[in-house]
Amino acid sequence: MKEELLKIKNLSAGYDENIVLHDIGCTVRQGELIGIIGPNGSGKTTLLRAITRILKPHKGEILIDGKNVWKIPLKEISQMVAVSSQLLDPVLTTVEEYILLGRLPYYRKYQFFETSKDETIVEKYMRLTDTFRLKESLMTELSGGERQLASIARALAQEPILLLLDEPTSHLDITHQAQIMELIGRLNRELGLTVLMVLHDLNLASEYCSRLLLLNNGSIHKLGTPEEVLTYRTIEEVYKTVVLVKKNPLSGKPYVFLITLDKIGKDLDRQNPDDS
Amino acid sequence: MIEKKITRWLTVLLILSALLVFVSVLSLCVGSAGIPLKRMINIISEGRGTAEYSILFDIRLPRIILGFAIGGALSLAGTILQGMFRNPLVEPYTLGISGGASLGVCINIIFKWYALIGVLAYPLSGFVGAILVIILVYTLSMKKGILRIHGMLLTGVMISFISSSLVMLSMAVSRTEDLHSIIFWIMGSLDEPNMFMIKTALWGALAGLILSYFFCLDLNALALGEEEAIHLGVNVPRTKRTLFLIASILTGFSVSVAGIIGFVGLVVPHFMRMITGTDHRILLISSFLAGSCFLILCDTLARTVIAPLELPVGVITGITGGIVFIYALAKRQVLL
Repeated sequence: MKEELLKIKNLSAGYDENIVLHDIGCTVRQGELIGIIGPNGSGKTTLLRAITRILKPHKGEILIDGKNVWKIPLKEISQMVAVSSQLLDPVLTTVEEYILLGRLPYYRKYQFFETSKDETIVEKYMRLTDTFRLKESLMTELSGGERQLASIARALAQEPILLLLDEPTSHLDITHQAQIMELIGRLNRELGLTVLMVLHDLNLASEYCSRLLLLNNGSIHKLGTPEEVLTYRTIEEVYKTVVLVKKNPLSGKPYVFLITLDKIGKDLDRQNPDDS
Repeated sequence: MIEKKITRWLTVLLILSALLVFVSVLSLCVGSAGIPLKRMINIISEGRGTAEYSILFDIRLPRIILGFAIGGALSLAGTILQGMFRNPLVEPYTLGISGGASLGVCINIIFKWYALIGVLAYPLSGFVGAILVIILVYTLSMKKGILRIHGMLLTGVMISFISSSLVMLSMAVSRTEDLHSIIFWIMGSLDEPNMFMIKTALWGALAGLILSYFFCLDLNALALGEEEAIHLGVNVPRTKRTLFLIASILTGFSVSVAGIIGFVGLVVPHFMRMITGTDHRILLISSFLAGSCFLILCDTLARTVIAPLELPVGVITGITGGIVFIYALAKRQVLL
């Protein structure tokens, strides 16, 4: 059993009087790639925001590497946890300057300029994320997919032990979806980076994640391998949508099909791959 | 790459400093009594006593120093506020500080406090008005120790409206000679006979510049948004509070010494961002220097165009700043 990296104990969190997450508990071990799924409003992003100290929990605690996040100095946390979220309004800087901002957590007090080490690290992650060719471009000129890659590169420049991603593939075409998921998979396999990401696409989540955390109404509905979580019964219960689940013929992972209601025949085999 | 960046930044600083020297010398030379550069050396070597010496060092130089301080302070405040609000339309006067200062000065003029305290009553009452507005905006926008930025903007705009209405009201009920002094104060001028005020403005502006540099990297992170800045390890609540205080005090004393000189704090930061980019490590100081140059130049124009009469400097900053800015926008398709 690998080392516990993130432990969430009895966490309740939310906004003022509106508590979104109720009494959540789970453990993420080092090297895992976990997908957080669930309907809109189920508390996926709230969970990420609680981990990164944007939201103060009402109850319970979050431990990273055994330490309560609220007892670690902010600067130290930003060296351990990095977040890449969707860039809705990008800033008017070059890609390289933007990614260099990921080195801010490592600036010493009164340090004014980045060091050559910072530059080497930034170049390394620009090459890894295929953004090196864009380094002189302005962030505003990039396409959605390129922006997302730059955002991941900036998060990687923080050299975190835990990478959080908030819907890294939404609004992207399948080329970029695949590119980004492959990149995340490679980071996880080759660098041993622990990744926790919010995903809307159940099939991408099934294909790439080692475990899935299914949230519903602010509680953990199920936590387990894609085969355990993505059964048609569970999905219908949580998403209130009729689906069909089959195995992906190549990877063997479950694949969720949406079903048009008026085409459901009585004799349709809606067996779950696990049951058949 | 880092060497390239430092070279580029030093070049910008060098050009701006040269420009500042040039504008200052120009401003010393021209005026209702034109003094050519060659004469100036003679005048300085002859020393005190001559009328020209006194024009140079008692009238023109103090104005240049004040222009340097006020122009720098206003555009620095604008840069800080635009950076922390992530909104290019914010300027030092958006937060209602100028409104509060004008109201303070209006009350001073109407109730004739200046007869009690002397000339210092004008800047003093302006500063008190500004500070009251700062406290009001700050406490109204504070919720659970966090400065809510958008609420703050709206509060500031509303306070601006309220105080300008009150200023109008006091103008409507005041006597003609009071009306005249109110209008002239509001239009803004660098004509400040009190050397103490000039020195205070100078040291205040420089202190603001130095303090703001402790937050230049935090401002760069804030450009990504408040949550992203937290992810990068920035103590966002503390940074916002301190930056707001720096910017509003800079604005407060600028307005109370020189009246409402518009446009410097809005246009100069934009203009410099087009030239240097959004990195606050170079943007803060270059905005300061460019604001100084711009205001000294505008003031020189204000006192020469219809010499011996003087135009309000706010009129010049508005017209020249606006035209240059529209031209630059049209020429370079830069997104703001």
